[in-house]
Amino acid sequence: MLSKKQARAFFLGGTLVTFLIFIGLTVFSLSKEVDQTNHENITAEVVRGKEIWESNNCMGCHTILGEGAYYAPELTKVVDRLNLKYNGNGEEVIKSILMSEGPWQPNGRKMVAYGFSEAEASDVVAFFKWIGEIDLNGFGKVVGVDRKISPLAKEKINK
Amino acid sequence: MKYKSQKVAYWFFALSMLLLVLQITYGFIMGFARIGFDNLHDFIPFNTARAVHTNLLVVWLLSGFMGAAYYIIPEEAQRELVSVKLAYVQLISLALVGVVAVVGFHFNIWEGRKFLEIPRPLDYLVVVNVLLFLGLILTTLFKAKRKTTTSLVLSMGLLFAALLYLPGMLPFDSQVTDSFFRWWVVHLWVEGVWELIMGGILSFLLIKLTGVDREVIEKWLYVIVGLTFLSGVLGTGHHYYYIGVNKIWLVVGGIFSALEPLAFLAMALFAVNMYRKGEKKHPNKLALYWTLGSAIVSFVGAGLLGFAHTLPQTNLYTHGTLVTAMHGHLAFWGAYAMIVLAIISYSLPNMTGRKLYESTRGRAAFWLSNIGMIGMTVAFGVAGVAQVYLERKFGMDFMEVQKEISIHFVVLLLCATMFTTGIVLYIIDFYKHGAPTDEALEINE
Repeated sequence: MLSKKQARAFFLGGTLVTFLIFIGLTVFSLSKEVDQTNHENITAEVVRGKEIWESNNCMGCHTILGEGAYYAPELTKVVDRLNLKYNGNGEEVIKSILMSEGPWQPNGRKMVAYGFSEAEASDVVAFFKWIGEIDLNGFGKVVGVDRKISPLAKEKINK
Repeated sequence: MKYKSQKVAYWFFALSMLLLVLQITYGFIMGFARIGFDNLHDFIPFNTARAVHTNLLVVWLLSGFMGAAYYIIPEEAQRELVSVKLAYVQLISLALVGVVAVVGFHFNIWEGRKFLEIPRPLDYLVVVNVLLFLGLILTTLFKAKRKTTTSLVLSMGLLFAALLYLPGMLPFDSQVTDSFFRWWVVHLWVEGVWELIMGGILSFLLIKLTGVDREVIEKWLYVIVGLTFLSGVLGTGHHYYYIGVNKIWLVVGGIFSALEPLAFLAMALFAVNMYRKGEKKHPNKLALYWTLGSAIVSFVGAGLLGFAHTLPQTNLYTHGTLVTAMHGHLAFWGAYAMIVLAIISYSLPNMTGRKLYESTRGRAAFWLSNIGMIGMTVAFGVAGVAQVYLERKFGMDFMEVQKEISIHFVVLLLCATMFTTGIVLYIIDFYKHGAPTDEALEINE
């Protein structure tokens, strides 16, 4: 039968070994050789866009990379998606939403009217474009424009 | 109660109750917004309500854990706390940081990183606060006549929780790296060190309530927390499947997070077996309800429902949908909320001297809140699965899907009302116990 001493050794040993492996995998997956994010494309604009994204808690309604609050649309492939919907004018549509001073209520669900400047809105779009290019191990397809569209959904979109 | 300084726990628990009520209120604001009644949008938009809801959860649970530590550590260490005054300073500063953060959320002042929305300057205050707390607990333990496994595991959990807050404060330009280290905090807290805290509290309660030999309970405590870390640390990988890092996490995260339910299963079997072995003489049946309830519901909520969407093949479609909210609600409720309510139910009669063990109100609180929360979980689950199929499989537009599933939020609100009734009854019971008193020393011990 297991003794208390053996149980403690199992706890301490198991924790140490798994944590060391975890650190090793972390170093590996953040190394340049296996980068999937096009890290070199992170411009000053993208960084400013990320800051705007965070300082306004956009994640409190939207999701990005599948992370957020599930109240408003997933924005990982938002530029592509709106380009398809608005004949290549996706970026302009996003900017007009972000710059809107008045109440904004897409499909009955309210969004805060942030009234950003043109430069701020461009930064956020740059952030979205960088996000949209990341290799997400298949998730990009699930939320992207080339996902499988059913006849039912097509009918609704065409309406 | 054996030591006067244990009374400080009462005020941490009282703060927990207050913040819990606020958390639920903001939950309702979000629930109503989802069925179209977002009349408060101009003052409390959804992102504010959401940040308040999740941050208050973290703060009330932390306050509960701290209260639990202030109650348990003196008893386990067989001495008074090193300073009661500083413990009150720590309580007040914790409440202040919480209030300032929550008020700030209403004025667009936050970091906007899921679960870690508290703005940076307040982060430093949190660190100071937690250091003060740890200083008090660890010094008391250091000067102790005896150092039990229960108190060591509990303190280790609290210490690691403090250390793991730090990676969340590192600044990164890349959203991916940012997210990567955010999970070091969030995942390694809730699926790692918080389970140590839960295990420590559970072990203390089982020793007190079942009368089973400490050596037996503490041996199994080591096995359980061992299983937790063995699966939970590398299980962090399930957050890394689809955020833009290497595919190796699909394998590592998939295997280890699939093992995570084992730790919760062990915890449930452990609690039920200790209860069976025990003398069943302790009169505080309500505390026993909450203790066994916590072990069992956490297995279902954290273990089984977590497993339901943790495999990469499933998570590819459920990632970023309401399925996560389904798992999140029952997991936090079972594993952490219920264990805090268990230690409160156990310690309150000891601190106040009022033995309200067998009240109908107390039982109603237990059943209503649990059935209500299970109903909420089912509502989230149905909404989440429908969302996955309509949006991810059939390619429907996000908002079209939201309209289709809004009916499930009516069910959610009804169940949340039942849940809230249970919580209100629990708080009435809390209030009826009155304030802690030195006259309660040694009663029922």
